[in-house]
Amino acid sequence: MKNTIKLMIGLATVGLVSCDAEFETPVTDEGFYSNGTADFTKYVAVGNSLTAGYADGALYITGQENSYPNIMAQQFMFVGGGEFTQPLMDDNVGGLLLGGTQVFENRFVLDSDPDGSLGPERLVATPTTDVTTSIAGPYNNMGVPGAKSFHLSADGYGAANPWFARFQTSAGASVLGDAVSMSPTFFSLWIGNNDILSYATSGGVGVDQQGNFDPSTYGPNDITDPNVFAAAYSAQVDALTAGGAKGVLVNLADVTSIPYFTTVPFAPLSPLDPNFGPQIPTLNATYAQLNGAFAFLGVPERSIVFSQSAASAVVVNDESLVNIGDQLTQVLIGGGLDPLTAALFGQQYGQARQANSGDLLVLTSSSEIGQINERRFGELVGLGLPPEQAGQLSVNGVTFPMEDQYVLIPTERASIAAAAAAFNNTIDAIARAKELGFVDARRALAEVAATGVPYDGGVLTSTFVTGGAFSLDGVHPSPRGYAYTANKIIDVINREYGATVPKVDIGNYPTISLYDND
Amino acid sequence: MKKVLFLAVFLLAAAVTYAGGYRVALQGQKSLAMGHTGVAVVNSSELVFFNPAGLVYLENKLNISAGVSGVFANVAYQNESTGASATTDSPTGTPLYFYASYKATDWLALGVGVYTPYGSTVSYEDDWAGSHLVNNIDLKAIYIQPTLSVKLNDVISFGGGPIFVTGSVNFNRNLNRTLSTLDGERSEVTLDAKGINATGWVASTMFNPTENLRIGASYRSKIIMKAEGGTATFENLPNSESDLLNFPEGGTTEFDAELPLPAELTVGLSYEFCDKWLFAFDFNRTFWNVYESLDIDFAYTIEEEGDPVDSVNRRDYKNSSIYRFGLQYEATDMFTLRAGYYFDESPVQPGRFAPETPRNDSNGYTAGLTFNVGKRFQVDASFLYLHFKEVDASYDAYIENGQEVPFSGKYKSNAFVPGLGVTYRM
Repeated sequence: MKNTIKLMIGLATVGLVSCDAEFETPVTDEGFYSNGTADFTKYVAVGNSLTAGYADGALYITGQENSYPNIMAQQFMFVGGGEFTQPLMDDNVGGLLLGGTQVFENRFVLDSDPDGSLGPERLVATPTTDVTTSIAGPYNNMGVPGAKSFHLSADGYGAANPWFARFQTSAGASVLGDAVSMSPTFFSLWIGNNDILSYATSGGVGVDQQGNFDPSTYGPNDITDPNVFAAAYSAQVDALTAGGAKGVLVNLADVTSIPYFTTVPFAPLSPLDPNFGPQIPTLNATYAQLNGAFAFLGVPERSIVFSQSAASAVVVNDESLVNIGDQLTQVLIGGGLDPLTAALFGQQYGQARQANSGDLLVLTSSSEIGQINERRFGELVGLGLPPEQAGQLSVNGVTFPMEDQYVLIPTERASIAAAAAAFNNTIDAIARAKELGFVDARRALAEVAATGVPYDGGVLTSTFVTGGAFSLDGVHPSPRGYAYTANKIIDVINREYGATVPKVDIGNYPTISLYDND
Repeated sequence: MKKVLFLAVFLLAAAVTYAGGYRVALQGQKSLAMGHTGVAVVNSSELVFFNPAGLVYLENKLNISAGVSGVFANVAYQNESTGASATTDSPTGTPLYFYASYKATDWLALGVGVYTPYGSTVSYEDDWAGSHLVNNIDLKAIYIQPTLSVKLNDVISFGGGPIFVTGSVNFNRNLNRTLSTLDGERSEVTLDAKGINATGWVASTMFNPTENLRIGASYRSKIIMKAEGGTATFENLPNSESDLLNFPEGGTTEFDAELPLPAELTVGLSYEFCDKWLFAFDFNRTFWNVYESLDIDFAYTIEEEGDPVDSVNRRDYKNSSIYRFGLQYEATDMFTLRAGYYFDESPVQPGRFAPETPRNDSNGYTAGLTFNVGKRFQVDASFLYLHFKEVDASYDAYIENGQEVPFSGKYKSNAFVPGLGVTYRM
């Protein structure tokens, strides 16, 4: 009897040990997927905020976990990839402190109001990540928000950029130096976006520095000269490949196809708006005098008319136009307008016109259009205008032309396009010369923006908030957008290096976060 | 010995779920050892379950059988296009049975049975790739069956009785594939209902055309378990009052749901030969088509719209058959040896393979023995190895943004079920 029980337990034990349900070829087995000719043991990602996993206008833990390099690194685990470290923030609030003082804002969340309306708002919470108490790198993810091409090689860059100061190995370190010090066997490089983007997101207030080869003279919102970009980029690729590493180079997407530039229409002024519609006759009567002067001066195309039946374009200030302010004042005085008003009109409308489909209004303009411009209001009151009249002449986009930082005009867009094309030619050429994978992010985003990309739970588009591809800052991808990016890069890796790295299901990655601040 | 025991206990703790659907065919060690045949086998009070009509042919006046099985089941999942994989880590199932019969007169026997023919315990790792379908489920149903067995003559008898069921269910899944708090904790719902009661019945007959041949048929009715006023607890919801998220205030609401325990028809025969040998064959037909959809009707309503929020989970099971073969050999006065095999057809249709019941066709291999301890007391041991082939399967009826989002991949399951029972007769 005892022996029988022993036998049974013995059998049971043997049975249990061999009883795990195992596939004939488990995906976790070495060799199920192939690394091809690439070695993923040490993957290092170099880049800017896109590489860091920045989203919703901030850097925070779950965003970093969904950065495209981290998504890729998890997939690399199937083909011999090693540990992938990231300079994780301390929270999911996103703000950054420098010695206790907040230097970067909290993340955006989609906040709902009691009336049911939704809108992005900065999360109200206390950030805990402080530059001074962060842990030094280097990390596999060397994405540094705000970095431009020539910043990566700059020694001591941490002094200028707290995001790098957070994890630089020493005060004199450069992003590239820290990256190379890890001896990557595989790398990705995605840099150059900010060389254009900061110009674009600031509405083109910066300078196109084409022809200026000294980046130390550049302002933060300038476009980098293509030769400066090429020199920096080429040196970085040389440094990253010096140890024999293979990798991928990612080109620059068309910044003007991101929601930051495509969400606010050029003609947002609805006659149905109770704050605007009733004013149209008065506004048109006032503008009629101005339009007469425009015609007289031979620029009738600058005429401003608001429609009673359809949405009208905002009035913008186009600094590429010849400033005819003085002539305008003279003509208006000649037409019988009092000198003070004529002078103000000349000042205000010397480079004004109504926006058209060639203009892009930035996302932040949506909260400004139709609002009193406080700065202009103050100026006008200072000039002696009664507050009521000053207010009437200070309405953004209606009476006061939208300022430069809210509008990308065609000449600015041309500068952006020219720089992007030049940079992308460089990236393409270097990828070919170095036999590295070339990822056409420009084309990938164009697909999302033009037709959308179907996935198992819908269609990924670039529509702000609802499209799924972009986070609430309108510039950076959502986790789902980053997953789409990771898949695109994996496609290139598999093709270029004969690997079979599995891709991810982008439907498993979230988009935007609902959260009520109240 | 100690070491082995320790190992066994350790493995018990670490071992995994019951594989395959929620029909758990472990209703007697003697029968299980013979491929879970028994509709035409007269050898113990296990007949209360297998064929009440046969009870009246038992030789002894009083027959009692009781036993327990340890269900160690494993499910592995993998998706080769993404590399996602998961294995279940479920607690051990321990289905029990107790049967007693008493022959009141030559033509009438009374009996009672307590058994657990349906149940399921499956636990995946939280937030695994299919967590929007299930994280874990624990389904229990205990059948209590008073029984009558009436002999018309030595050739034919009838039996049957009412069935009282009491059950419970606990089910947890994530609300969808992505919803979470700001800290990334996935939003989930737990459904819990206890003390669900229902009734059904069983009727059967046994026919003995010759001394060596028995033929049996048994029908057990379907029983619909209606959970009313169960508790649904939503957790890790985003802090948002937006109409885009319709969840009950406070995260808790009541729900109603129905789960069918399908009817089962069994016909079979047994044949005694060469004195000590017995061959048995059973055919089961389980009427799974009653399981069309798992619909959860939440009690709370959406503001303004006022409609109840429902969770509809298509199942669309089809009726399925099981073919069972068993062999018994009375080796010595002390030992009776048994072996069996069955082929268990899956009720799951293509596109409806839900990971909470990952059941494809399976082959069951069984063996066991009875050890006679004196005249009245027996120890019954059995062993079942349930083998499922690797299968490529998908569940297509999960809906997101109004469109079907299939959850697909490869599944591989098996189950290992040792069982021990006792029989007493006088």
